[in-house]
Amino acid sequence: MALLQLSGVTQKFGGLTAVADLTFAIEPGTIVAMIGPNGAGKSTVFNLITGIYAPTAGTIAFDGRSIAGMSTSRIAAAGVARTFQNIRLFAFMSALDNVMTGEHARMKSSLLDSLLHTPAQRAEERRVRERARELLHVVGLDGVEQQYARNLAYGLQRRLEIARALASEPKLLLLDEPAAGMNPKEKTDLIDLIRRIRDRGVTVFLIEHDMRLVNQISERVTVLDHGEKIAEGTPDEVRRDPKVIEAYLGVPS
Amino acid sequence: MRKAAASFVAAIVLPLVFRNDGFTNFLADAGAFVLLALGLNIVVGFAGLLDLGYAAFFAIGSYAFAMLASPQFGIHIPFWVLLFVASGIAALFGIILGAPTLRLRGDYLAIVTLGFGEIVPQTFLNLSDWTGGPNGIGSLDQPVFFGLKFGFNALPYYYLILALIAVAILIATNLRESRLGRAWMAIREDELAAAHMGINTTTTKLAAFAIGASFSGLAGCAYASKLQLVSPDQFGFNVSVAVLSMLVLGGMGNIPGVIVGSLVISSLDRLILPQLTNLLHAIHVQVDLTNSRFLIYGVILVLTMLFRPEGLIPSRQRKAELHADADVTSAEQTLYTGAPS
Repeated sequence: MALLQLSGVTQKFGGLTAVADLTFAIEPGTIVAMIGPNGAGKSTVFNLITGIYAPTAGTIAFDGRSIAGMSTSRIAAAGVARTFQNIRLFAFMSALDNVMTGEHARMKSSLLDSLLHTPAQRAEERRVRERARELLHVVGLDGVEQQYARNLAYGLQRRLEIARALASEPKLLLLDEPAAGMNPKEKTDLIDLIRRIRDRGVTVFLIEHDMRLVNQISERVTVLDHGEKIAEGTPDEVRRDPKVIEAYLGVPS
Repeated sequence: MRKAAASFVAAIVLPLVFRNDGFTNFLADAGAFVLLALGLNIVVGFAGLLDLGYAAFFAIGSYAFAMLASPQFGIHIPFWVLLFVASGIAALFGIILGAPTLRLRGDYLAIVTLGFGEIVPQTFLNLSDWTGGPNGIGSLDQPVFFGLKFGFNALPYYYLILALIAVAILIATNLRESRLGRAWMAIREDELAAAHMGINTTTTKLAAFAIGASFSGLAGCAYASKLQLVSPDQFGFNVSVAVLSMLVLGGMGNIPGVIVGSLVISSLDRLILPQLTNLLHAIHVQVDLTNSRFLIYGVILVLTMLFRPEGLIPSRQRKAELHADADVTSAEQTLYTGAPS
């Protein structure tokens, strides 16, 4: 069964249809990319999945239950994590605190535990801190845990955002243009990191403009143009699709 | 930790060294304001919610105590029970105000809280049958500690307030280093990203409002029982502004900073300005500096903003935030702030 299933999803903003009758599925354990020209509605699809918008029409099912119209925090707790196109870290919190915050939904300490620092609360804090350190290690951010997210170099901030998203142990990880602004070396590392994340059992769904990266890692590609799905398939199939070539390069005259 | 313990010992010994009723009275009042500042710090400093009507919760706490421990209705619930009841009532009003308004952000929230801060004292003023109107409620019960009445000397009230401050500091510190504290800071930094971490932003913000308000309930009980009187004019906008100034001057978000800020403002208000006025009168300069206290607060705030925007004893965050250029190269800064949205 698909981990994520969008059926007939439409999102209108006033007279503008940002996403039109979109249907597609993501199988668990895969790496799927979504591409499309600027303004095609890719980020809107992410915002629909994470509950920032409730779709005008259609259904979104995650892990067997409907999440359309659910609050962002509940969707996150259900196992959807994301990064943002324009990095949205907690700028003036340490790298470690950023990742620990990512574990919020999995923590159990109540208000009373927090007030009294009960033994259970202390144990949980220790456990969460250890796991956060481990995640910083996974994304290659050893040695900067006490630095403010704000003070990290751009490439490291992107990695920190991924570590923070992984902290909630998501089933589905949404990456919004993870390679934006990265140099070739950083992109190679990123490809390696995304593969390792998938090997941990996390399904990855990414928006990306860098076609080399998309071709290298994704098993399936969905192409969006003017809010509509115009193609879907393996990277090779999509690349040869005349509709895709038309959307990117225009109609030959 | 050692510093904190030393400060507390000093605070305990201080009134015994000076043995001056006026001074002890000042210390007790300043202590009540430290409590208020610690409470507002949770709302503004930790969670980043600008509350301009914090005095309303102080009023609610004080009136709750006054109505339940005075001849007004003939109800005389023991002080120690009312400490919990009054802070509970203040917290409840924190939730009642918060629930409809916390969807608002930044300036909009500030305006609504400003309105609330005006409405509450007006309500107490006009509900004369319940609150005694402009005269307020008098002859409030005194706390009784193991059979000993607190009486009219300020000293026992001062120690009571000191104990409440210790509890408040412990609560604030514990909360900051917890799941809830991180959630508050995450909301302060980026509310949308916080929601994506599975943080229920509504209940988390309500918790900040409720806990912040409960501190002012404690302060209200202690302050009202010491003064033996509550009246609507004690809880005006000037109180909200004074407490907020304490935070700004001391260092928002940082507990020692907030305490120092509130002590500085209180000393200025109740010790330094009256003394200076006396001095000026002695040399036949007829100026009453206490009348221009708000002018002086204003000057202090402007000077703070110009020369030390992070406050006297800032938290690490605030310092970094306001001196960001010092440790981030300008290139990195453009990358961070200039990213397309």
